[in-house]
Amino acid sequence: MSDKTPEQPAVEQSPENVPAPVGEVRQVGVRQGMFGGRGTGDTSGYGGLTQAITYPGEAQRPYGGWFDEVADALEQSATEAGLEASTPRVVIHRGEITFHVRREDLPVVAKVLRDEPRLRFELCSGVSGVHYPADTGAELHAVYHLLSMTHNRRIRLEVTAPDADPHIPSIVATYPTNDWHERETFDMFGIVFDGHPALTRILMPDDWPGHPQRKDYPLGGIPVEYKGATVPPPDERRSYS
Amino acid sequence: MSTTDDLYAGSSDTTEGKVFTVTGQDWDSIVDGLGAMDDESADERIVVNMGPQHPSTHGVLRLILELEGETVTEARCGIGYLHTGIEKNMEYRSWVQGVTFCTRMDYLSPFYNEMTYVLGVERLLDIEDQIPEKAQVMRVLLMELNRISSHLVCIATGGMEIGALTVMTIGFRERELVLDLFELITGLRMNHAFIRPGGVAQDLPPGALDEIRSFVALMKKRLPEYADLCNANPIFKARLEGVGVLDLEGCLALGLTGPVLRSTGYPWDLRKTQPYSGYETYDFDVQTWDTADSYGRFRVRLAEMWESLKIIEQAADRLARLDGAPVMVADKKIAWPSQLAIGSDGMGNSLDHIRHIMGESMEALIHHFKLVTEGFRVPAGQAYVPIESPRGELGAHVVSDGGTRPFRAHFRDPSFTNLQATSVMSEGGMVADVIVAIASIDPVMGGVDR
Repeated sequence: MSDKTPEQPAVEQSPENVPAPVGEVRQVGVRQGMFGGRGTGDTSGYGGLTQAITYPGEAQRPYGGWFDEVADALEQSATEAGLEASTPRVVIHRGEITFHVRREDLPVVAKVLRDEPRLRFELCSGVSGVHYPADTGAELHAVYHLLSMTHNRRIRLEVTAPDADPHIPSIVATYPTNDWHERETFDMFGIVFDGHPALTRILMPDDWPGHPQRKDYPLGGIPVEYKGATVPPPDERRSYS
Repeated sequence: MSTTDDLYAGSSDTTEGKVFTVTGQDWDSIVDGLGAMDDESADERIVVNMGPQHPSTHGVLRLILELEGETVTEARCGIGYLHTGIEKNMEYRSWVQGVTFCTRMDYLSPFYNEMTYVLGVERLLDIEDQIPEKAQVMRVLLMELNRISSHLVCIATGGMEIGALTVMTIGFRERELVLDLFELITGLRMNHAFIRPGGVAQDLPPGALDEIRSFVALMKKRLPEYADLCNANPIFKARLEGVGVLDLEGCLALGLTGPVLRSTGYPWDLRKTQPYSGYETYDFDVQTWDTADSYGRFRVRLAEMWESLKIIEQAADRLARLDGAPVMVADKKIAWPSQLAIGSDGMGNSLDHIRHIMGESMEALIHHFKLVTEGFRVPAGQAYVPIESPRGELGAHVVSDGGTRPFRAHFRDPSFTNLQATSVMSEGGMVADVIVAIASIDPVMGGVDR
């Protein structure tokens, strides 16, 4: 090598390409190619490209701001409420804090979050299901957004269940507002909320087969002909992976 | 037409009991039919299916009411008749196209749907601090105009459902003025897709500020009409007062927000408590009432329209100072490249922009092509940025896997959540009060079913 400094740093040295330190991201799946081309039709040369799909990883103490206060209070009260010491995995991303809770702990954690004076998350903004087919062993996520009006704070709870055993305890007993939200998430993702008073479909007809918002459920649609050209349905169009 | 001629208004016997099909104004057939039955079964409960096609259910809402005489013993909602799979569809379009879909959910407050989704996308993109001031002010202006039009529809349809037809006609008269403003500013009366990730679709058209100011001046004359018609009207008050009561504990347990929560006296308004888009810099008050009933919700909405007018005036003053300022984020990797202009045949692509990309700059053409066909990538993660819609906390849970499409977008629609209170608000009351209670929740079925 010459002793001249290269004018541009090598690609792998430029800041955006530095691999994240272990523990800062969590890989869920792999992205292949770049322009959505598949098979022999792909002349872009990028067809063999593979990139890891990574989500923000676990946060390290101190979390900063009121996050530590809430995390401490939650840990302490959950232990007092009879949960064996289990620190929830905490993710902080874009100023929002997420507590990843084991599903068997969810009812106790929800009750503690609502009742403990230092926490007081009075309002649950419902549950949102997310299906990560590549997150092996935890394909189904149930995401709860909680709001403490007393302290003006917002946190997120995330609970996972594998596709093979799609059961998550219901928290309707603590947050009655989740009645319809859990029904919707069951309807759309097939997550069974154990202990829900009447877990039936809510948006789809009662006899509908399948759970439409899962990733393995096709969008459907038919090709549309317009002025001689045919436009394929949205899920068959080029997708720019 | 007598009931016997009506194909759809006959009666039949099933294993569950006698079934009457009533299409309106033929309640006599039920009374006669019940009278003709033997005493034992006539004493049993009556289950009435109201809707999903019914003029008083605020859209395609099905109510299942169990009655004892005229008293409702149980009330349940059947929803889903307007489910269109918007959330699923959004997973198959680019991040910008997502706005076009979500604006159609709650069709009476389209700007709020766009706003909460766009705020989530902007948080994931980490460009929250880079949104130009003019875009922020325009968003506030449009949202507050929208709050007025939405509250007007609520009051108008609520009035219609209890027979106050004048309230309905004047409500829609004023709403039309707001929709005219929307048409002037965005080009469309509804389904605008105007608030985009990074800013808004285009600048204010010339003359818009004058129109807005004259609208505000007119509304200041017209809003007192609602107060004169309703506030002390003995019939109106008799129908609304003490109906659909839900106290603070009930609201929090069932997750009710918005005017229903504020009618209990709790001044929770996300514009004040967790401000976004610069709401902390506007001067306005959170309106509350202390009766926790339908009348209180009406008064809260009426008062909120005044507050919205205050915000609109302040926003218009700011916009007057921001003439010519950018309305889209400066980052060319995110900002929508295409520009619109008014031509002889209406609005279309700006010819200047077409000339620029086709004749002058190869890079601009590539940028345009990449952003419009492929779209930008959003870093992996999830965000939830709720806003105060006319109906309460509206939030979009936006999840990205780092791709050019939303991995998941879930909307926490306040209509959906608030409608759960139908049972507690109407059980034990009269049938006629069910309509009032639901109208005071102001559910929009497009938002409930999504």
